[in-house]
Amino acid sequence: MNIYEQQARNRRMTWAVMFVFVVFFLAIGLGFDFFYLRFTPLKTLGYGWNAAGYYDVSAASQPVPFGTIAALLIGLGMAANSMLNGRGMVLRSTLARRAVSADEKERQFLNVVAEMATASGLQPPEAYVVPDQDLNAFATGTSPRNSVIAVTEGLLKSLNREELQAVVAHEMSHIRNYDMRLMTVAAALMGAIALLSDLAGRTMRPRYGSLYGRAVPSRSSSGGRKGGGIAMLLIFIAWLLLVVLAPLISRLLAMAISREREYLADASGAELTRNPLALVSALEKIRNAVTPTYAINNGVAHMCIADPRGSLIEEKMGLAADLFATHPPMEKRILALKVMAYQAERQGRG
Amino acid sequence: MKILAVVLLAVVVWVVMIFNKLVNLRNQVANAFKQIDVQLKRRYDLIPNLVNSVKGEMKFETATLEKVIQARAAAMSAGSAGNLNELMAKEGMLTQALGKLIALTENYPNLKASESVKALMEELTHTENQIGFSRQFYNDLVTKFNTEQQVFPNNVFAAMMGFSAAALFELPQDSKEREVPKVELAV
Repeated sequence: MNIYEQQARNRRMTWAVMFVFVVFFLAIGLGFDFFYLRFTPLKTLGYGWNAAGYYDVSAASQPVPFGTIAALLIGLGMAANSMLNGRGMVLRSTLARRAVSADEKERQFLNVVAEMATASGLQPPEAYVVPDQDLNAFATGTSPRNSVIAVTEGLLKSLNREELQAVVAHEMSHIRNYDMRLMTVAAALMGAIALLSDLAGRTMRPRYGSLYGRAVPSRSSSGGRKGGGIAMLLIFIAWLLLVVLAPLISRLLAMAISREREYLADASGAELTRNPLALVSALEKIRNAVTPTYAINNGVAHMCIADPRGSLIEEKMGLAADLFATHPPMEKRILALKVMAYQAERQGRG
Repeated sequence: MKILAVVLLAVVVWVVMIFNKLVNLRNQVANAFKQIDVQLKRRYDLIPNLVNSVKGEMKFETATLEKVIQARAAAMSAGSAGNLNELMAKEGMLTQALGKLIALTENYPNLKASESVKALMEELTHTENQIGFSRQFYNDLVTKFNTEQQVFPNNVFAAMMGFSAAALFELPQDSKEREVPKVELAV
């Protein structure tokens, strides 16, 4: 697969993910409306005494799906907020500062960033340094125009020029493929779903009893829902399950995209430098620095070149690692790069 | 009659789209070439500084230094003459001469320790890489531009509309850069 096919695939995947998230928002919101706010658009209209004292068509249900609107607005708001302020929030939370050209290693970093921008034909992103002794790097921003590449001090100290170039190329590929935009939005939506699920879950407790008995005011005003008792209960349980599982499912989804993007960034980063082995040795070094990156918190994990938690989940190649990790196992990434280097070498000879 | 008109219109729209795409690519190619040019100029400016700062220490390498200076002069005159093939050949020689100079400085611990030489070396490596990467980007674009002209329906119109294949920025046959580069992974 070449880079254009992969970019096209990324775009399709982005839409699919957005679709799933919107479905979640709608399901949580509509369910909440239906079970708690008595929003039933399909119900037939009835007649009743109105306040003024004469018969009138009374809307049998509450006409506005407040819950759904609120859910969509929360999702939209959090996504918009992360699009607008995400860059600043990430840089602040990691205490990143601008790289200065007075320092020898940081000038090299600035130069390498400029080189990778040339190689990818984009504007050079801003270069930041995170004061942390662990080895890590991340990219943020929403478009190539306002993007940032940040590396830790430890990374600058222990990588040589070629390895640094490989790491910057990896981050540059994230920028070129619009990965940060997708991951920022996905993370925000993930947070919004967790929030909504929590809200819906909390609202549930005090009103639990009203499900079967139907509280007095509802029976007198509508009374339409007492017929399908068992079916309604099953639907309610299914909805509850969805509400409880939505955060987990959306998290698994986001992690799956994140891992996919890491492979892609490794590959197209190596395409920029034409030197996959440099990235291999950089990844080896990053892996051997086992301490977690304290300056980088979990919220930024999916943007980094390696999991900043330094967790052992990275090293396992089982089902858990396949489902929950933000990054593919280092073994697999290194192997993929080595295969790439081997193929390039054979092509060069043949 | 109506059908004919519709078909004609569709063909015209389609040709216009090809034309616009090719114009777009042609401008991108021209811009990418300018970027290589910028980096080449940077290298010309850098070389006198470098030669001056290592001259004192590298007394026994006058031949190498001489070669670098000559190659720079030759490349600059080829650049102002505007002959692309000539320029590529001369730039290849300059790259080679500089590569040798950089390799030789490794033998001079005093030079390696000097802050100003270290800064210059980083600057030179940076410029060499910039040249390499801008060339790589240019070549990728040229390939895309040429392919776009040569694929089937487009090749009928491309020449008619005044497009021609752009030249790749290649190094001459005997250049050292053509060898598979060895990757030094030791720090």
